[in-house]
Amino acid sequence: MVHDIADSWMDAAVSTGTTIMAVEFDGGVVIGADSRTSIGTYVANRVTDKLTRITDKIYCCRSGSAADTQAIADIVSYSLYYHENQTNEEPLVSEAASEFRNYCYNYRDSLLAGIIVAGWDKKLGGQVYSVPLGGMLIRQPYTIGGSGSSFIYAFAQENFRKGMTRDECVEFVKKAVHHAMYFDGSSGGVCRIGVITETGIDRDIFFATESKASKDQGN
Amino acid sequence: MQAELARELPPAGFNFENCKRNEALINGGFLAPKTVKTGTTIAGIIFKDGVILGADTRATEGPIVSDKNCSKIHYLAPNMYCCGAGTAADTEMTTDLVSSQLALHRLNTGREVPVVCATTLLKQKLFRYQGNISAALVLGGVDLTGPTIYSIAPHGSVDKLPYTSMGSGSLAAMSVFESRYKPDMTEEEAKKLVRDAIAGGVFNDLGSGSNIDLCVIRKNKTVDYLRNYEIANRKGERTLDYSFLKGTTIVTGTKTFNLDITETVIPMEVA
Repeated sequence: MVHDIADSWMDAAVSTGTTIMAVEFDGGVVIGADSRTSIGTYVANRVTDKLTRITDKIYCCRSGSAADTQAIADIVSYSLYYHENQTNEEPLVSEAASEFRNYCYNYRDSLLAGIIVAGWDKKLGGQVYSVPLGGMLIRQPYTIGGSGSSFIYAFAQENFRKGMTRDECVEFVKKAVHHAMYFDGSSGGVCRIGVITETGIDRDIFFATESKASKDQGN
Repeated sequence: MQAELARELPPAGFNFENCKRNEALINGGFLAPKTVKTGTTIAGIIFKDGVILGADTRATEGPIVSDKNCSKIHYLAPNMYCCGAGTAADTEMTTDLVSSQLALHRLNTGREVPVVCATTLLKQKLFRYQGNISAALVLGGVDLTGPTIYSIAPHGSVDKLPYTSMGSGSLAAMSVFESRYKPDMTEEEAKKLVRDAIAGGVFNDLGSGSNIDLCVIRKNKTVDYLRNYEIANRKGERTLDYSFLKGTTIVTGTKTFNLDITETVIPMEVA
């Protein structure tokens, strides 16, 4: 059909069919995400950064509608920066998470956003909060999110141990995200990882290499 | 008198009279007029000394080409230009409105406006309208942080990339970028690459066509707006003409009338 040439790509919303993840460890958190942004079946951005800065020591992992999650992150970021300037105090991770929850809950009918809030503060150290689709807020020792997460629930539960070191957590996130990128069509690209501690964030990129699953199948 | 006036006042609350009328019109086969959509190819890349934006020049109304040579690279500020795809009216109004906001900001601050500022204004506007403003934009510019390209989707999501394309021909353009883009290209190389990307859309996408516009914005703040950089679809030259030789039609008879023409001129009164 010639007369709807423009419609197919205009109507579909940009969404982050995603794999995101965060793990607490003693002294900080490890956050991870894939890098694919898609419009329907088209990959709009293959090097997306879904680990978005809220403050220097609080980051969020975005999944769902790109526009919605970016807009919320911008508003929360602005509000916490204002709060930081007024109080002369770095905001708590729980404050950021609660702010995210408020927007996600109050606008739950018009937003499509699944967000993980993670960071470090001097009161409770490294913390991971999950704000899923309906606008619930819950703290967890580790959490996974996005369309790719369904493929790694068992992997994550089986391989998570309490009291893992920083390096063990990075390895855990890296493996989990790679598995999700392998099995989920809407996740892919590279695996971005951030480690947030008292000093701020250390970022890393891991390229998708052949996974164990693909080797076993002889691909 | 007062009572009469009060009687004239319409009842309070919403009035849904037109909904009924509109429904009746649609049922009667009177469809609302279609909007002019720019089924488009637009693109932008960063090269060594700045950014280059590119666009085709076809505007469509459903299956009809409504403008063969429209201009899709819009001015935002002296250091920023913005390509628009989607509904022509929406892209034009959105960029014009933001352009004037940027001009006021520039006068208020007395400084050159950074490119993120335009991005924020555009994305907040598009997000507020929840995708009802059909504008998919590729924004390019230079500021004190260097050259930058942003792509902004109609719902208000933003991607910052070294090269990007949008519109119905974006797949054709992106395939050219993915195979040939490299960082720090020369201006000539980069112009050729954007030309080829847009040409990909012009020749392989039905929604795109006609000519190729380019816009080069350099780090030293010089701008080359290359309108119709290439006329990719030149109209064919007519090689024969249809004028007939004298005597082609046989004269079967002649008749002569003598006409007396008289004309009187009455001068206009100007006193």
